[in-house]
Amino acid sequence: MTAVAPTNVKAPEPASEAWHGFSGGRWRDRIDVRDFIQANYTPYEGNPAFLTGPTERTRAVWNKVSALFPEERRRGILAVDPATPSTITSHVPGYIDRERELIVGLQTDSPLKRAIMPNGGLRMVENSLRAYGYEPDPFVTRVFGSYRRTHNDGVFDAYTPEMRAARKAGIITGLPDAYGRGRIIGDYRRVALYGTARLSEAKRDERALLDARPSTSEVIRDREELAEQMRALGELTEMAASYGCDVSRPAATAHEAVQWLYLGYLAAVKEQNGAAMSLGRTSTFLDVYLQRDLEEGHIDEIRAQELIDDFVIKLRIVRFLRTPEYDALFSGDPTWVTESIGGIGADGRPLVTRTSFRFLQTLYNLGPAPEPNLTVLWSPQLPEGFKQFCAKVSIDTSAVQYESDDLMRPRTGDDTAIACCVSAMAVGRQMQFFGARVNMAKALLYAINGGRDEMTGEQIAPEAPSLAGEYLEYAELKAAYDRMLDWLAATYVNTLNVIHFMHDKYAYERIEMALHDHPVHRFMACGIAGLSVAADSLSAVKYARVKVERDDTGLAVDYEIEGDYPAYGNNDDRVDAIAVDLVKSFMAKVREHPTYRNAEHTQSVLTITSNVVYGQHTGNTPDGRRTGQPFAPGANPMNGRDRHGVAASALSVAKLPYEQARDGISLTTTITPEGLGHAPAERVGHLVGILDAYTASGGFHMNVNVLDRATLEDAMEHPEKYPELTIRVSGYAVNFVRLTREQQLDVISRTFHGTL
Amino acid sequence: MRTVKTMTTGRIHSWDLSTGVDGPGTRFVLFVNGCPLRCLYCANPDTWHMRDGREATVDEVMTEIEKYRTFVTTAGGGVTVTGGEPLLQPTFTAAVLRRCKEAGLHTALDTSGFLGRRATDELLADTDLVLLDIKAFEIATYRKLTGGELAPTLNFATRLDRLGIPVWIRYVLVPGWNDDPEAVDGLARFVAGLGNVDRVDVLPFHKLGASKYEGLGIPFPLRDNPVPEPALTERVREQFREHGLVAY
Repeated sequence: MTAVAPTNVKAPEPASEAWHGFSGGRWRDRIDVRDFIQANYTPYEGNPAFLTGPTERTRAVWNKVSALFPEERRRGILAVDPATPSTITSHVPGYIDRERELIVGLQTDSPLKRAIMPNGGLRMVENSLRAYGYEPDPFVTRVFGSYRRTHNDGVFDAYTPEMRAARKAGIITGLPDAYGRGRIIGDYRRVALYGTARLSEAKRDERALLDARPSTSEVIRDREELAEQMRALGELTEMAASYGCDVSRPAATAHEAVQWLYLGYLAAVKEQNGAAMSLGRTSTFLDVYLQRDLEEGHIDEIRAQELIDDFVIKLRIVRFLRTPEYDALFSGDPTWVTESIGGIGADGRPLVTRTSFRFLQTLYNLGPAPEPNLTVLWSPQLPEGFKQFCAKVSIDTSAVQYESDDLMRPRTGDDTAIACCVSAMAVGRQMQFFGARVNMAKALLYAINGGRDEMTGEQIAPEAPSLAGEYLEYAELKAAYDRMLDWLAATYVNTLNVIHFMHDKYAYERIEMALHDHPVHRFMACGIAGLSVAADSLSAVKYARVKVERDDTGLAVDYEIEGDYPAYGNNDDRVDAIAVDLVKSFMAKVREHPTYRNAEHTQSVLTITSNVVYGQHTGNTPDGRRTGQPFAPGANPMNGRDRHGVAASALSVAKLPYEQARDGISLTTTITPEGLGHAPAERVGHLVGILDAYTASGGFHMNVNVLDRATLEDAMEHPEKYPELTIRVSGYAVNFVRLTREQQLDVISRTFHGTL
Repeated sequence: MRTVKTMTTGRIHSWDLSTGVDGPGTRFVLFVNGCPLRCLYCANPDTWHMRDGREATVDEVMTEIEKYRTFVTTAGGGVTVTGGEPLLQPTFTAAVLRRCKEAGLHTALDTSGFLGRRATDELLADTDLVLLDIKAFEIATYRKLTGGELAPTLNFATRLDRLGIPVWIRYVLVPGWNDDPEAVDGLARFVAGLGNVDRVDVLPFHKLGASKYEGLGIPFPLRDNPVPEPALTERVREQFREHGLVAY
């Protein structure tokens, strides 16, 4: 094995040669990566002692590209090509260090240089360019302004006045109507296992079945999409050839397997600026190849780790051109290259391999980083050595999130991967229409104010009687809220239908969908934000007395609480039941409305990192929260109201039923090191215990930040000292120093579960 | 089997969930009210008086604990009764410990040992671990620092050894008060002579309770006392280790 990229000088090898030594049959006859993994992987139940550190070569490549980060941070973006709309084949090959790189391929012709993707919307591209001091290219403006419509154009043509008003007021928010929806995971492993020639053949077979059916609008759309998928596979082959790789044939070595898989992913991020461009579940798949090459003596452990390190370097430098407002909403410049690691197979064997460890080891070899978004599918049944290593990595880097494999496996199977933060789907078989979220707290204020917005006084929801009394009355409020949520669910689902119709039409994910089965199972991923504010507000009205203050126009603008009320986050059923009921009832309301392409309705309790922005746009609430004050992230209790420690707060969240929130329920915990135990040596075991206990209690997702307040405060004052400080915020790891000051303060004020 | 009167009541302050600081694993920690000592560094002046506590039945407490049974058991923890001084309410404390044992939970008792004589053998039989706070090892210092006598604590330590009940020693390190090398060495020698001590936790004095004093309108005696430098804490731990003890 040399240090240069694989080339296509040798004749294509027949599949039988590339697959030598592999077992099993079903996956040979049809596209079935899961079957291949199950028939060939080697579970690893040991400890991390076998892992190796970074080589000189790895350090050289990483140092070369990371030396560009300070300048990028200073300018917002390092460089951009404003004239070439990005496609799979739009740019000539680019390299970090051609002599040293093991895994090749960049989005453009040089590292960190961004590309434009106007299919989503021209205005977004133009605003982004101007924000960073670049002029839009006149030719691009003419083409996408005059000849070629975009997703954004289509959506706004089909929006109703009511949808526009709801969007503008922020009762429905974060909608992917001006940017790529993302959250679709191509099964990039297929490129390595089968090669694009075989994948195109399979697509031709799927298409042939459609050709036999009458030309209804559904069938016509499917035929066009399949034609586009095959074209995209051709472009992937062409782009790979420009890097000297013949991906038309299956990968024959571990090096090629990593390279082929990455090229598949690269094609996706050259074509789509999706909000989350997740990778899938690749480590145990790649382990089969690494293990074969190790056993045959072609590579050693050092080279195996180098391949993964180099792959991860590439995943860390995925970049998109976005506006500063977008980055403020999402906290930084995220790409959500989520990689799902671990889990248990349907047959009870752990899906943990040496390469599961190797992926986590990159956080030591390259230093902590938010991308790729390493996600461990947790089960108390995981091997002890792996659990301990995960906990150690969490404590050292805070760069790992956990999701309950025990909740997902029975529903989406043992080849499930997470898109974005918490969205589960069977790789290559299921996809979702990302639906952002509605603001449940604002909806409660609309219920009080008869559909008027508490910030502007504008009538947004259909006019209804406002609640009139001096004090809020629980039954009356609950009934008004219920009616308001009926309206909201209807408006929301119909808005999402418009968005996804247009996204399919104008910004279809050709290569990602080429790496899915046809037909694919679709989810309509709705979401709710502000759950804890809404639940606590209802609890305040029910268990204390809440007096209303109104302005001259009769608009309720403030609330005075007399007495105490039980707050969500203390494992107290009186209020937790209210939160559970809200999740259940909103899901039921969403399900009443037909979805585009008959997608299966789901919802998440997740804010990503936008809880700060939602709070800014929501007035005073009856729980005592002041206007502008951030919401709690995801399904978290409100900051400071969880008074009994992390376990109590986690158990409140664990009560939310996953079956009614299949798109995920997010909990962010911030624990000081001392909060995991007085003796440092015991902290790993304690964190394992907490993760086991949370999972066993029905908890779905947990971010683990292990920090102390002093570190964060120092990082605010001296960002240059902490370029790599990574913290987890609601499903996602971010660079702390890249957050706005406001977001940094929010993170700090968030409950520290330290022991006083 | 002994039965517990479920109507037994106690005065409690609050409860909390903690990890790795009040015994092994993640634990349900019950704070009771009332303490016979007045340690100058006390971080919980709000637990001094029984009268400030909330009256709760054993059943009420157990209902709350029950909500955490799966969690703390899976997380390798259990229940810790602390305070205040749990042995100021020995009947209540014994009842809670008994019920926890019946529920299959690991139990720990956090005490100064000053009222060790009030702990019956039955109470101790229901205690899997005692967190024994020894505040100082010189009689005069102990008296000044706590307002009480040292001897009952040492007697209690010896009794626990005789009964074979595992103990973690807790030593809150207060600069200028109990950091004298000879005194520490004397304590270490005493502790090492016991056969039942699994570890010693040296806890650096902190002032995070200062705001509670302000709230109660009473002076915090050690408000201006420095907290220990990390090097001092490490030196004291090392002194325990020199006697063959496990110290954190």
